[in-house]
Amino acid sequence: MGKFFREAFKGRMEVQEIIKQCYAIGNKSLVLISLTGFITGMVFTKQSRPSLAEFGATSWLPSLVSIAVIRALAALVTALISAGKVGSSIGAELGSMRVTEQIDAMEVSAINPFKYLVVTRVVAATITIPVLMSYCGMVGLMGAYLNVALNEGTSLQTFIQKAFEQITFLDIGTSLVKGIAYGFTIGIVGCYQGYNAKKGTEGVGRAANSSVVISMFLIFIEEVIIVQISNYFRV
Amino acid sequence: MKETNQEPIIHIKDLYKSFGDLDVLRGASLDVFRGENVVVLGRSGTGKSVLIKILVGLLTQDRGTAQVLGKEVATLTEKELRDLRLKIGFSFQNSALYDSMTVRENLEFPLVRNIANLTRGQIDKEVETVLDAVGLLQTINQVPSELSGGQRKRIGIARTLILRPEIMLYDEPTAGLDPITCLEINELINEVKEKYKTTSIIITHDLTCAKVTGDRIAMLLDGSFVRQGSFEEVFDTSEERIKSFFDYNFIQ
Ligand SMILES: Nc1ncnc2c1ncn2[C@@H]1O[C@H](COP(=O)(O)OP(=O)(O)O)[C@@H](O)[C@H]1O
Ligand SMILES: [Mg+2]
Repeated sequence: MGKFFREAFKGRMEVQEIIKQCYAIGNKSLVLISLTGFITGMVFTKQSRPSLAEFGATSWLPSLVSIAVIRALAALVTALISAGKVGSSIGAELGSMRVTEQIDAMEVSAINPFKYLVVTRVVAATITIPVLMSYCGMVGLMGAYLNVALNEGTSLQTFIQKAFEQITFLDIGTSLVKGIAYGFTIGIVGCYQGYNAKKGTEGVGRAANSSVVISMFLIFIEEVIIVQISNYFRV
Repeated sequence: MKETNQEPIIHIKDLYKSFGDLDVLRGASLDVFRGENVVVLGRSGTGKSVLIKILVGLLTQDRGTAQVLGKEVATLTEKELRDLRLKIGFSFQNSALYDSMTVRENLEFPLVRNIANLTRGQIDKEVETVLDAVGLLQTINQVPSELSGGQRKRIGIARTLILRPEIMLYDEPTAGLDPITCLEINELINEVKEKYKTTSIIITHDLTCAKVTGDRIAMLLDGSFVRQGSFEEVFDTSEERIKSFFDYNFIQ
């Protein structure tokens, strides 16, 4: 990790390679995030309706759902999907490059593999995952809207207005911080596991697997910490 | 330091390296002089790869001297090590081609990352020159997974040649190849020596390869060099350990 910051700010950035990695990350998880985000928004709305209906408060549905999606669901859905798809593929990719000596080959041809492979992927994940998270939130709200529109006949305009009534700058900021933290975690854990993979084919599998497990574990811890800090500012 | 013909390009003295309880190198000493092809022979697991990895700073010895072009590899700064590595071509046992890149990109990669401001035309010309040198111009747009083992070895060698190394280190260049491909690779090694005026260490346990490519043979046994000399000199011995190696290879 210390090495990451030392190498990251040394010399010129591998901009082209970072863009390529951003694209790869987006490409890998976009479909799954769209689907899961949409369904999460829709199902959450559907499940919340009965409890609100008891108090005759179904008109609160949009704000309730949007708070849930923006404060918690979008971040978690994106983080878990990315940890699974992006984390494991970074771990496996770098792991197989380590095992087949491609990383050594870069080193002996006087190329800095850490900068070229690790820094680019960590930066790309840190940039891309917050973007995916915002996208997931949007898709989730679309799912919620669809459900509300079908049941309550709410117009899109009313829905948007109500949805964002309760959303504060703090909520958006917290989500963004989460996105950055989770993206960085997924990137650095995947890279660490892959870059330090043990020889042999099982080394690759282990790198991929532990990338997912460790980054999910860290994300849960970070979630708790970030929410605590954010709640501290709320009161 | 002035380099004369007598000064070794590679100077290894009393080299020790162990991994945990496993003593791999135990006092290995070897000198390689300019323009020579030295073959390092030894059974699997005797530390042949470890030896040349120490020479390029991928591993560091526990004890002893490993000098390349007059510089002690283990004590170099990052920048000095980089400069030294530019002068050394390392052909990996499994070729280590970048499997996400085409052959062209594999060859370009070390070039564009080490030499600034090359034009597209210059890059293409260099790539084609070295590909032609290994006889594989037609594979330029293929990806490594489409190549045969022998082709991969050649591309791996071409990738190191593109930086015009003074020294070539070949790690088992013929391992896992059929006999005819082996002969072709052996020829290639000799051609590289002629054309690019390289000094080489060739690691192998293949006696034909040793005989054809080696100006001198050094036999690595139990972590140190037990015999050095011409092919005949090394194997003209009554020592059981060496004879068994020789016999075993010809029975195969
Ligand atoms: N990085 C490493 N970590 C631990 N053990 C290693 C490492 N590299 C090599 N070894 C061990 O050192 C011994 C010699 O390896 P190597 O030099 O690859 O043998 P060979 O002569 O077949 O090339 C082997 O037993 C190998 O397992
Ligand atoms: Mg070896």
